[in-house]
Amino acid sequence: MAIMTKGQTGLTGNTAIAYAMKQINPDVCAAYPITPSTAIIEDFSSYVADGAVDTELITVESEHSAMSACIGAAAAGARVMTATSAQGLALMWEMLYIASGMRFPIVIANVNRALSAPINIHCDHSDSMGARDSGWIQLYSETVQEAYDNFIQAVRIAENEKVLLPVMVCFDGFITSHAIENISLLDDSEVRRFIGEYRPKHYLLDTDNPITYGAMTLQDTYIEFKHQQSQAMTRAKDVAIEVGREFGKEFGRTYGLMETYRLDDAEVAIVILNSAAGTTKVAVDELRKQGKKVGILRPRLFRPFPFREIADALKNVKAVAILDRADSMNGFGGPLFNEVRSALYELDARPRVISRIYGLGGRDYKVKDALEVFADLKKIAETGKVETLQKYITL
Amino acid sequence: MDNRKELPLGGVIPKGGTAHDYSTGGWRKLKPVLDTERCTNCLICWVMCPDSAVITQDGKMIGFDMEHCKGCGICAVECPDKVKAIKMEEEAG
Repeated sequence: MAIMTKGQTGLTGNTAIAYAMKQINPDVCAAYPITPSTAIIEDFSSYVADGAVDTELITVESEHSAMSACIGAAAAGARVMTATSAQGLALMWEMLYIASGMRFPIVIANVNRALSAPINIHCDHSDSMGARDSGWIQLYSETVQEAYDNFIQAVRIAENEKVLLPVMVCFDGFITSHAIENISLLDDSEVRRFIGEYRPKHYLLDTDNPITYGAMTLQDTYIEFKHQQSQAMTRAKDVAIEVGREFGKEFGRTYGLMETYRLDDAEVAIVILNSAAGTTKVAVDELRKQGKKVGILRPRLFRPFPFREIADALKNVKAVAILDRADSMNGFGGPLFNEVRSALYELDARPRVISRIYGLGGRDYKVKDALEVFADLKKIAETGKVETLQKYITL
Repeated sequence: MDNRKELPLGGVIPKGGTAHDYSTGGWRKLKPVLDTERCTNCLICWVMCPDSAVITQDGKMIGFDMEHCKGCGICAVECPDKVKAIKMEEEAG
């Protein structure tokens, strides 16, 4: 129990990430603040001003420049991190692909917020879901504790020589970023020992070994570089498992590809990301008290997408609802729905699957909303028939 | 290319001075032609050439590095008005 209570305090998600950044002490942070991630850089800039870190903090004029400066610093050989949300991530778009294509292990905290228009500053996942094909590893976090733990693990995953890809740590705007939760902090020395030193194989400041970054590749080699990148993304799954296991061994909190909650004997299940899983757990507990076999699957690693493990976890349920806090605007459900449903296709006996889109722009998702979805699922499990494949809830 | 699987990650070129191996002369549409009788060897073209494609020997302008000259014509423009020793001509088909 000593480990459980060590460093126990109350922090918001943003403060916890800023504190993790202080403990990691990156070489460079280039950032442009945006709600609801602002406090991360605000707090971190205090650490820089107080001399608590050695980081070169570059204040830039836009998020496009922030990511560009991160890429430049990573090319120079620095350990680099930043934070953003919504329009900020959208403005980084072009550079996200360059960071991943150039294989720079940059770490970003993305505090999930809705994309305009209409303008909105509250939580949904349309920002990071839009970046799901950008070649960044994505970790989703239910709580402040998990956001903090994920952020520290992200450094190890990104810099692993089998991976060398940037990592995006996502958690819910305002719900997780601004609410104070109980959290166990690690010691600075524990964090530094866990992440180790960053030693890039090639870097521009190594003047004894001059190199070129950003050379043109055409029909003769471009596809080989993308193939390397794709294989690295596939390998990132096992590395995330290894790092999550080692983190657990060291600090008592083990992480895997996903969290399952009362799923083992469940007949119906909800698949949901981030903080809304907590709300859903309350609904599950209520229904379990009534003897109903309900459960939850909360993916933690979304990129790479652990399709086999997710299919295996859901293979015995009769009906599953995939709840997306983002719409792919394709007339066919949200991004999580499409990928989970596709993962289930390999099963011989597939559960029935429905798409529900909830909570866009920070609309509350309540226990009663989860209960309604479970009621729909119960009917589908009994009849084997899906009446409404996809719909918006929490309207 | 036989060793595509060993290509350095992220498209990095892990050695220096490789720009020399890149034959930008293939982009050329017009080529510079030097009139050695008019040339005063002021070397303004050598200073202005963006591709370092003006070749000199013993302080004198002796011609162009056609492997790297992109045919931009800056040398012909910068050659002093009273001299005009460089003319841009169509590349021979």
